[in-house]
Amino acid sequence: MAASLPTLRRMTAPVLMPAAADALLPERFRHWFAARGWSPRPHQLKLLSHARAGRSALLIAPTGAGKTLAGFLPSLVDLAEGGSTNKRADTFFGPHTLYVSPLKALAVDIQRNLQSPVAEMGLEISLETRTGDTPAHKRQRQKLHPPDILLTTPEQVALLLASRDAERFFKRLTTVIFDELHALTTSKRGDLLSLDLSRLRRLAPELQTVGLSATVAYPDDLRAWLMGQQSGRERQMAEIVVVPDGVKPHISILSSQERIPWQGHTARYALGDILAAIKAHRTTLVFVNTRWQAEMLFAELWRINEEALPIALHHGSLDRAQRRKVEAAMAAGTLRAVVATSTLDLGIDWGDVDLVIHVGAPKGASRLAQRIGRSNHRMDEPSQGLLVPANRFEVMECQAALEASAAGAQDTPKLRAGALDVLCQHILGMAVAAPFDAVELYEEIVSAESYRDLAWEDFEQALDFVATGGYALRSYERYAKIRKRKDGLWALSHPRLAQQYRLNLGTIVEAPMLKVRLASRKGAKDGKPGVLKPTGGPGGRILGQVEEYFIEQLVPGDTFQFAGQILRFEGIRENEALVTRAMSEDPAIPSYAGGKFPLSTYLAAGVRAMLADPESWEKLPAQVRDWLTIQREKSVLPPQDALLVETFPRADKFCMVAYPFEGRLAHQTLGMLLTRRLERARARPLGFVANDYALAVWGLRDLGHLFSAGKPSLDALFEEDMLGDDLETWLAESHLLKRSFRNCAIIAGLIERRHPGEEKSGRQVTISTDLIYDVLRSHEPDHILLKATRADAATGLLDIARLGEMLSRISGRIVHQRLSHVSPLAVPVMLEIGREPVFGEAQEDILAEASDDLVREAMGLEGQEAGFVAGRSTDIGSPDGLGRGRG
Amino acid sequence: MAETRIRLAGREIALDPSGAIYDHETGTLIVSDLHLEKASSYARRRVFLPPYDTAATLSALARLVMRRQPTRILCLGDSFHDGEGAARMDGADIARLAALMAGREFVWIAGNHDPHPPAGLGGDCCEEVTIGALTLRHEPSRHGKGERGPAGEVAGHLHPAAKVSGRGRSVRRRAFVTDGERLVMPSFGVLTGGLNVLDRAFLALFPLFGFTAFVVGENRLYPVAPASLRPD
Repeated sequence: MAASLPTLRRMTAPVLMPAAADALLPERFRHWFAARGWSPRPHQLKLLSHARAGRSALLIAPTGAGKTLAGFLPSLVDLAEGGSTNKRADTFFGPHTLYVSPLKALAVDIQRNLQSPVAEMGLEISLETRTGDTPAHKRQRQKLHPPDILLTTPEQVALLLASRDAERFFKRLTTVIFDELHALTTSKRGDLLSLDLSRLRRLAPELQTVGLSATVAYPDDLRAWLMGQQSGRERQMAEIVVVPDGVKPHISILSSQERIPWQGHTARYALGDILAAIKAHRTTLVFVNTRWQAEMLFAELWRINEEALPIALHHGSLDRAQRRKVEAAMAAGTLRAVVATSTLDLGIDWGDVDLVIHVGAPKGASRLAQRIGRSNHRMDEPSQGLLVPANRFEVMECQAALEASAAGAQDTPKLRAGALDVLCQHILGMAVAAPFDAVELYEEIVSAESYRDLAWEDFEQALDFVATGGYALRSYERYAKIRKRKDGLWALSHPRLAQQYRLNLGTIVEAPMLKVRLASRKGAKDGKPGVLKPTGGPGGRILGQVEEYFIEQLVPGDTFQFAGQILRFEGIRENEALVTRAMSEDPAIPSYAGGKFPLSTYLAAGVRAMLADPESWEKLPAQVRDWLTIQREKSVLPPQDALLVETFPRADKFCMVAYPFEGRLAHQTLGMLLTRRLERARARPLGFVANDYALAVWGLRDLGHLFSAGKPSLDALFEEDMLGDDLETWLAESHLLKRSFRNCAIIAGLIERRHPGEEKSGRQVTISTDLIYDVLRSHEPDHILLKATRADAATGLLDIARLGEMLSRISGRIVHQRLSHVSPLAVPVMLEIGREPVFGEAQEDILAEASDDLVREAMGLEGQEAGFVAGRSTDIGSPDGLGRGRG
Repeated sequence: MAETRIRLAGREIALDPSGAIYDHETGTLIVSDLHLEKASSYARRRVFLPPYDTAATLSALARLVMRRQPTRILCLGDSFHDGEGAARMDGADIARLAALMAGREFVWIAGNHDPHPPAGLGGDCCEEVTIGALTLRHEPSRHGKGERGPAGEVAGHLHPAAKVSGRGRSVRRRAFVTDGERLVMPSFGVLTGGLNVLDRAFLALFPLFGFTAFVVGENRLYPVAPASLRPD
């Protein structure tokens, strides 16, 4: 069994059995350890002693230390000592322990790994998983005859709680184990889970929690998350057990003989070096930041992979069967390398990896540590990591990450405040479970750390939203979903709503995806296209799925790279994109939305400090050093605590480049707001482009001259008040915000999710959330869903919070450098012009261009019935009614 | 705001960027698919859309009427989202509507959502209306495969919307669809979605997609050829 138990092997170094173990571990356990020449680790025993004393605890251990057995040991011991049999006599029964993991696959994996020691110790403990894949009959059976330990996901917990027998089912629950807690708490999924925990605690007041987490920046947040809070009282915190970092990882930055590019994210220059590193190791994990990079790098590596080393590809859009195959091959040790995105960041054992290569910037110190920790599972050997920066700025970012890693610094985010849309979903779920008293439910909800600051007024608004939509115009009272009964309890008004709730449960709203299906052309000859037939039987093989918006940009005949192949887009059939294999030298590679992490504040500060301190440049490669030296000669270096703004003419236009180092999302928001202001100042801006480090705006008037003359001054341009009215106006039109609104509307239950098979119903039937958003904004700007959307925008897609901090930091500290040429530091962002979509261009321009196409076509196609097309336009007055119509 | 004048079956009409048609000769304003009381219709199924759609749609119509001062208003069907919509209207909205109707001819053309005239609101009701060479009805009439439809037909019902991509982004807007002989109007109601003009339903009306879409912009219309349009 040892072979099937790498997790356990790591956990149990052959050290002497401490005396404490005798007292804590039952004999069967001690024998089991001893029979294998193992001994429990100190943190396992510490966690066990906390649990036995009735205390909740957080276990923090670096990746690869294997925390899982430690988490389960208290439950196994308790059950072995009769914890289960005692309570089985009770008429109420349910699971003893609940294990919650962010990944279905992880729950399944853990169940398998635990099965063996349980069997070998002869323990009569039943372990079962319950996920979205569990068949209905098994789920039903689990409700009547629950296992001792139920391994499941956050969504399943919510489903179990929103049921009439939740009280019976969870009454005897003693322990909840949260695996990968650091990953769970950073999203709306974590918000929902924290609410569910508050309900579990009410059903089983003696409940203990165990949190398992990687190293984080704010462990106290997680300790508090695990506990029930009380308003007015000091923050309750779980005990903490920390496994010290093993040997420090060996991380180095690739020193290539090749020229490091100015910009871009391909790292093509380093392909030879990457392949050489793969050759020099047994098994290598190659991490990249986006699926686009994964596809690109995989294809490029195979282009030069003359020895045909087994190198595989793994990312979240690939078909599940394909991913499982790669995972199995990896575990079996038959692969030399896997190119992967963050899908591998969590859990699951990956066999004997002896090198982790990170291509592109790490974006965060903790993120890097977790990824590098994937190599060398033995705690006494250092992990090996190699960073491959894709451009010169990334060299500095990698250097900053390396220093952060050496210092053990962490930059995981702070605990988020619970989202209001999730709250709405939870309230309905609680009504599905049983009629509730509003005050009691409020008290339960604010006992969750994520919602402890929730105001009663916001709760009331959420309650009102669930009942009748929460509109000031109270027109839907008679259709209410939940109603206050005579006994003062709120109850579901129709049983059908329970089913509706279950179908819409969850906080993950995927961007609409299309399956990619391989087809072939039958009967094609003489250059004539034949009939398109899906290959491989009736279905044709599914290669995976891509976001709908990506496919929308393709015209039949376009080629793109996906699943490691070059494909030709043939058309959309129902909800599938049909493709054929193609030979093309220059495919348009999918640029997936997912996986664009902004640079962490911590690393940004590191890069700024490095730039401001030329003595630190010794650590950088010579070509990067030269680049910075020339920058110092031609312009100035960005000061550490001020903002450098350069202006210079370029071609027939004028440019401004600012270096805030606040990440791409915040820069895009900033760019949008700056161009608005410049427009008002009649500086005639034309567009802007942003990367993680800098922002470039260009226009028709001499920006350097305007700033020097104070028309406007840079201080006025970057004045914090841009986050007021300007932001509001922009948000009104922002498609990013509309997307956020759609997610909030679905999570809160305003509109229903589209379910598989319903896609054909057509757009005119589905209600467009964009239209709802517009109506709501103009009639009820304080509606709870708009509040939720704004909160999302502040931290998510628009990163407004970070932008606000930056603006206040640099207020009155802007350094303006007027130049006659582009500066060395400005080159990377200037090179992105034309590659990245340019923002700030009105939708009207897109329409006007398409319209111009028509005029050209009409002019070229005489004799067609297009004569009416060039219709005369006549002014009929302004929208406010001062037109000819009145005369 | 700039209107676009086109010839439809020989008659000159003006397409208004608000999504309406104005016939200068008779002073007739035509709007289609108002879908009043759509939100309250959904509320009956416990989907709580903002209950402001009726007020918002009527206000938009009022602005248009203010600008055009028509002598006659034609609603081209589906004026209400369902048969009981008129009965659910609140007092303020009834007053808004009455103000619009005052002093001019007002015609409700029957639609599939509202086959019967709205009760107690006044105005005339009919299945179709003729203005010179033009026939106005809610649903475009069907015809044999490959044939062209009747000349001069102006209909609604389909909620045409056109999608245009460029610069890595796409814009989806309401649109008029016409081949110079017949025309399908966009929907006017604020909560009405749109059907892509490249949908099969339009192919049946305009063989081989032989039409031009006049896409609704902020202050003007943009004529776009099907070749420049995108499916959803």
